[in-house]
Amino acid sequence: MTTLDTRPIHDEVPGNYLTFRRGLLSWLLTLDHKRIGVMYLVAVLVSFFVGGVMALLVRTKLLWPGEVSWMTADEYNKAFTLHGAIMVFLVIIPSIPGALGNFVLPIMLGAKDVAFPRLNLFSFYLWVLGAACAVYSLLAGGFDTGWTFYTPYSSQFGAGGTIPVLVGVFILGFSSIFTGVNFIVTIHKLRPPGMTWFRMPLFLWALYATAVIQVLATPVLGITVAMLVIERAFNIGIFDPAMGGDPVLFQHFFWFYSHPAVYIMILPGMGIISEIIAVHSHRHIFGFRFIAFSSIAIAIFSFLVWGHHMFTSGQSPLMNVLFSAITFSVAIPSAVKVFNWLATLYKGSISLNTAMWYGLAFIFLFTIGGLTGIPLAVLSTDIHLHDTYFVVAHFHYVMMGSALIAMIGGLHHWWPKMFGVMFNETWGKIACALVFIGFNMTFFTQFMLGSQGMPRRYYLYQPEFQIYHHISTGGSYIMGLGFLITAIYLIHSLFAGKKAPANPWGGASLEWQCTSPPPHDNFATTPRVGDCYDFSAVSWDEKKQGYVVDAEAHVAAAHHGKGH
Amino acid sequence: MSSHAAHGHSHGHGEQHPLVGHLVPYSTLFATGGALLVLTVITVAARYIDLGEANIYLAIGIAVVKATLVSLFFMHLRWDRPFNLMVLVGSMLFVVLMMVFCMMDVGQYMGQENQGNAKQVQTYLDANAPFAPVTGKK
Repeated sequence: MTTLDTRPIHDEVPGNYLTFRRGLLSWLLTLDHKRIGVMYLVAVLVSFFVGGVMALLVRTKLLWPGEVSWMTADEYNKAFTLHGAIMVFLVIIPSIPGALGNFVLPIMLGAKDVAFPRLNLFSFYLWVLGAACAVYSLLAGGFDTGWTFYTPYSSQFGAGGTIPVLVGVFILGFSSIFTGVNFIVTIHKLRPPGMTWFRMPLFLWALYATAVIQVLATPVLGITVAMLVIERAFNIGIFDPAMGGDPVLFQHFFWFYSHPAVYIMILPGMGIISEIIAVHSHRHIFGFRFIAFSSIAIAIFSFLVWGHHMFTSGQSPLMNVLFSAITFSVAIPSAVKVFNWLATLYKGSISLNTAMWYGLAFIFLFTIGGLTGIPLAVLSTDIHLHDTYFVVAHFHYVMMGSALIAMIGGLHHWWPKMFGVMFNETWGKIACALVFIGFNMTFFTQFMLGSQGMPRRYYLYQPEFQIYHHISTGGSYIMGLGFLITAIYLIHSLFAGKKAPANPWGGASLEWQCTSPPPHDNFATTPRVGDCYDFSAVSWDEKKQGYVVDAEAHVAAAHHGKGH
Repeated sequence: MSSHAAHGHSHGHGEQHPLVGHLVPYSTLFATGGALLVLTVITVAARYIDLGEANIYLAIGIAVVKATLVSLFFMHLRWDRPFNLMVLVGSMLFVVLMMVFCMMDVGQYMGQENQGNAKQVQTYLDANAPFAPVTGKK
C-alpha cells in the first residue's frame, strides 16, 4: 500500500479495505486491487451513463422519420458514434476485467493482490487518459465515423475530433493489454497450493481466456489506428484508394482485433454467469471441464472469424467462404456453455435472487443473440441483412443483452462482498424485469426493421418503419428507467443497506470465505482450497444470517474426489 | 552450463525458484553471436548470387534461423519451460495467420478494386454543399 495518508485507523472493522486508509490520495495512489476495481467501477458506470444518454438521444430522434429541429443529421452521426465508441472502448471492454475482475480475481485465488499492483494502477490511469482523449475529441469537433472508423471516410473526411479519439483508442488498448498481462501472470503464479487448473473457478478461466485475447489482439488495433492517424495527419496512402491504399485492408486489420474484442467483452460475462448459476442453484456446475475448455476454444476461434464482418466489403469469394464456414464453428463452444448452465439449473435448489434473475436473462438473451448470428454468417442471407438494423439488434443482444447484463448480474452477485451491504431485492427484481422487457422491446423490433430492409445509422427513414421505431424507443425508455432504479437502490444501499454477511448467497469459492467487505490483505494466511463448486460443506447459519463454509470438510471432500 | 538441471524440471507450485535466471556461459553466447554474424555475411553474399525467386526464400530462411538462435540462446528458451516456447510460437502463428489471410484476400481482388472516388466526392461537396459537415478535414 503506497499512500501518503498514514493516520491511524479508527473503525469497528479494522483492516476493512474501505476504511484501511482515508483521504482522496489514499484512493488515487492505492495499489490495492480492490480499490482499483472500485475506481474502475465508478469510471465505467459514469461512462455507461454518458453512453446511455447518447443512445436515448439517438432513439428519441428516431421517433420521427424526418428531420427534427433539435438534432441535425451531423449531430445524429456524432451521437451514435459517441454511443458506440464509449460503450465499446470505455464501458464493455474494461467493465468486467477492470472492475469486477480486479476486485474478485485475487480474492478468488486467496492472494493478497494481483501479480503487478503498480501496473494495475497504471492500467487504470491509462484508461483515464484514453477517456480524456475522447472528451478532448468532443471539444475538437467530435467524431462521426461510427465506432469502426472505416476508411477512407475516417482518414479523408470525418469531423475534427477523429485524431484525438484515435489516440484515445490507442492508449485504451495499452490499458487493456496491461490488465491482460497482469491477470495471466497472477493466475499462473499466485494460485494457492491445491488450486489446480481444474479446481480454479470458471470466472478465472474466463478471465484467463480473455486476457490471452487482450494480449494477442489489442496490439493489432493499436497499429491500425496508428496507421490511420498517420494517413489522416500526413496524407500517406495506406488505406485510401485515392492515394494507392487499400480500404479493405483497414477492415482486415480492424476486425482482426475487433472480432476477438467481441469475445473480450462476452467471455468474462460467461464466466460470471457460470458463478451465478452454480452458486444460486446451490448445485455443482455441470460439465466443469467442458465449460473451461470452451472458454479457451472460443478464444482461439475468435481469431479465425474476423472476415465475416466483410462479406459485402469487397472481400474475395474464397475468403468469404472460408470465414463463413469457420464462423459456424463458434456455435459449438458457445452452445456447450449454454447447455451446461441449463443442466446445472436442472434439479438445483434455485434461489431466485436478483443476480439469478440477471443470470437467467443472460441465458435467454445470449441464446437469441447467438442464433441470430447464424443468418449473418450465411453468405447469401448476409447480403440482405448486412448493415441493416438486424445486425444492430444481433450485436446488442450479445454486447448488451449478454455482456452488460452479465456485468450487472455480477455486480449484484458481488455487491455485498464489495461494499459489505445488502441491496433491496424487491427493487432489484423490479429493475431487472424492466431492463429485460425494455431491452427486448428495443431490440427485438429491430430484427424486424432490419429484415425489412431498414439500414443502420440512417437519420431519415421511410414512414412505414415508424411503428417499429416507436416500440423500440419506448423500450429504450423502459430500459433506462430500469437502470435508473438500479442506480438508486444500489447507491441507497451504500448508506442504508443491511450489513452483509461474509457469504450471503452460499458460495463455496474463496471470496466468500473472507469478511464483507474484505480486509485490506484479503486473507491473513493463504487459505486451503477445496472444490469451489462443491456446496455440500456450505450451510446456513442463523446467527450470522448468512452461509458458512466448513473449510475442513470442504477441503477434505475435494481431496477425496467428491464433487467433481 | 551452470544449472541446467535446476531448469530442466517442471516448475510446480510451491517449488523453490532460483533467485536469478538461467546462466549461460560466455562460450555459448559468443558462439551464438558468431553464428549470427556469419549468417549475416551469408545473407549479404547471397544477394550477389542470382537465384531468381529463390533469393527471397533463402534470405527469409536465413532470417528464420537467426531469429531461432536468438530465441533459443539469447532469450534462454532452450532451457526455459516448454510453456514459454509454446507462447512464443503461438504468438508468431497468430501473426502469420493474420498476414496469410490478408495476403490471400488482397491477392484475389488485386487489380479489380475500384480506385475510389474520395477526391471526386470532396470536389462535388465543395462545389455543391460547402457547409456539408463531412468537409471537416481540409
